[in-house]
Amino acid sequence: MAMLETRDLVIDIPGRADGRSLSLCLAPGQRWGILGPNGAGKTTLLHTLAGLHPPRAGRVYLDGAPLATLKRKMVARRLALVFQERQDGFPATVLETALIGRHPFLAPWQREGTEDLRLAREALAALAVDHLADRLVTTLSGGERQRVAIATALTQTPALWLADEPTNHLDLRHQVAVMRLLADQARRGATVVMGLHDLNLAARWCDHLLLLFPDGQHCAGPAEVMLEPRALERLYGQPLTMTRVGGAPVFVPTPDPGDPVDHDR
Amino acid sequence: MPGVSGRGLAALMVLAGLGLLAVAAALAVGSVPITVTQLLAVLTGGGDPLHRELLLSLRLPRALAAFATGGLLSLAGALMQVLLRNPLADPYVLGLSGGAAVGALGAMLVGAAAFGVSGAAFAGALLSTLLVFGLAQGVGGWSPTRLLLTGVVVAAGWSAVVTFLLTLSPADQLPGMLYWLMGDLSYARSPLPAWLVLVPALLATLPLGRTLNVLARGPLQAAALGVAVRPLEITVYVLASLLTAVAVTTAGSVGFVGLVVPHMLRLLLGNDQRLILPASVLAGGALLTLADTLARTLLAPEQLPVGVITALLGVPTFLFLLYRSR
Repeated sequence: MAMLETRDLVIDIPGRADGRSLSLCLAPGQRWGILGPNGAGKTTLLHTLAGLHPPRAGRVYLDGAPLATLKRKMVARRLALVFQERQDGFPATVLETALIGRHPFLAPWQREGTEDLRLAREALAALAVDHLADRLVTTLSGGERQRVAIATALTQTPALWLADEPTNHLDLRHQVAVMRLLADQARRGATVVMGLHDLNLAARWCDHLLLLFPDGQHCAGPAEVMLEPRALERLYGQPLTMTRVGGAPVFVPTPDPGDPVDHDR
Repeated sequence: MPGVSGRGLAALMVLAGLGLLAVAAALAVGSVPITVTQLLAVLTGGGDPLHRELLLSLRLPRALAAFATGGLLSLAGALMQVLLRNPLADPYVLGLSGGAAVGALGAMLVGAAAFGVSGAAFAGALLSTLLVFGLAQGVGGWSPTRLLLTGVVVAAGWSAVVTFLLTLSPADQLPGMLYWLMGDLSYARSPLPAWLVLVPALLATLPLGRTLNVLARGPLQAAALGVAVRPLEITVYVLASLLTAVAVTTAGSVGFVGLVVPHMLRLLLGNDQRLILPASVLAGGALLTLADTLARTLLAPEQLPVGVITALLGVPTFLFLLYRSR
């Protein structure tokens, strides 16, 4: 169980006014979605919540302790971050990549044990990349690399997931699989926070939403309250049409009369 | 050794065996060949007095100096490649050899003794390290890319000064200067300082191996996995610079070893720094000892700069391994 709290937090985006400070409590079992247009600060917020990016003002608390005062290693034992961008400077195999998720739990001299190996293999299997275990990460497709990155976070056994666009590069089947996995983590008591650009994924899979506006304004609350078409239109600066599929709201951009449409299909 | 797998341990044993063979060859080969029996007699405290003198005060110190220099350069290269996350990085990429060269050539130009040349080379290396690190701080703090760019530009500056010094130098000093620039172990008198730096440095980096594996994934990923990135990067930078400065002071700027030995090992053994760092020391040491033995025997009594031999041995081997790799 891990509780993440922000008090009067202002994320630091160069050249942007402070906006309204953020005071939020992210509790175990909750599935938070962070929505906002490009450049609204979704990634910066996630990095700030992970303690990788200093805030301009305010503080982040992990289980009641200020994040900035905690040792990085202790933070990494509680919290995993799935990055949007990958850097693979040197080639490593898929299994080696998943195993680095055990780094925060091992002493400097300690070698990964059978338990660590089991966790890594299970994580690779959960993301359906176990058959690639011996392949070099650099030879994988974008979607496969994304699943390896999520498997690495799963190997880290975090109580708190911060996932930046977890469905990036994934086909529809794997998008659903990853969302199910994160929902399952939440059901087992993890706190899950996702930065998402896909409004419909957020509508279907998140129980709480934080809307980030480009001017530093925001609003947050339970998903059913936040999925208000007028607010979302203002968020994206795009007229939206809402429909429902199986009870869940689905949003599509309202067609403009000038858009090309093939009526004969 | 903890942290290294069984296969890794076997690889280290093989490399240690190659290192011993290289040192044995360095002791046995030369103007006066010495057989294995004679060698063992001297090493156990007996033997011919001429052989004793030749081995203990000439060949052994030189072989040990060569081994230590190769180990220092390879370890520094392996560290720099992880720090800068750039496979082209070598111990000299940040301009350290240029600073050392300006120091050494300057000292030779004013007619300093060998000791003065070494001291000036070391001072030049440290000055260059401080200069690059200070300039790379810039206004926004340093990043590996910025460090690399600063280093490359400072190195270009040193290179111009080196050319300038060479044009000023009298003809009779030029061969000595060129040998220094290519790396030459005939300057190495005592292997002790190099070993006194190499052994503690290796012991200090061994527990860092897995952390360096994580750092190789990028600073943000490393921080997310619990690594204190900035202190680690500064430690690695200072350590790699110190290793290189001592190597350059011992043998001039021997090229190629620091770039290629860690890469060869990565192609053969994978990219686990827990194995690559000790393996680099052993393989770099063996390669430079072997190269130095060839350098002083191939065209005897002429001595070749050892850098020529390391490149001639290393280039085909490396290209072969690279060609075969997936």
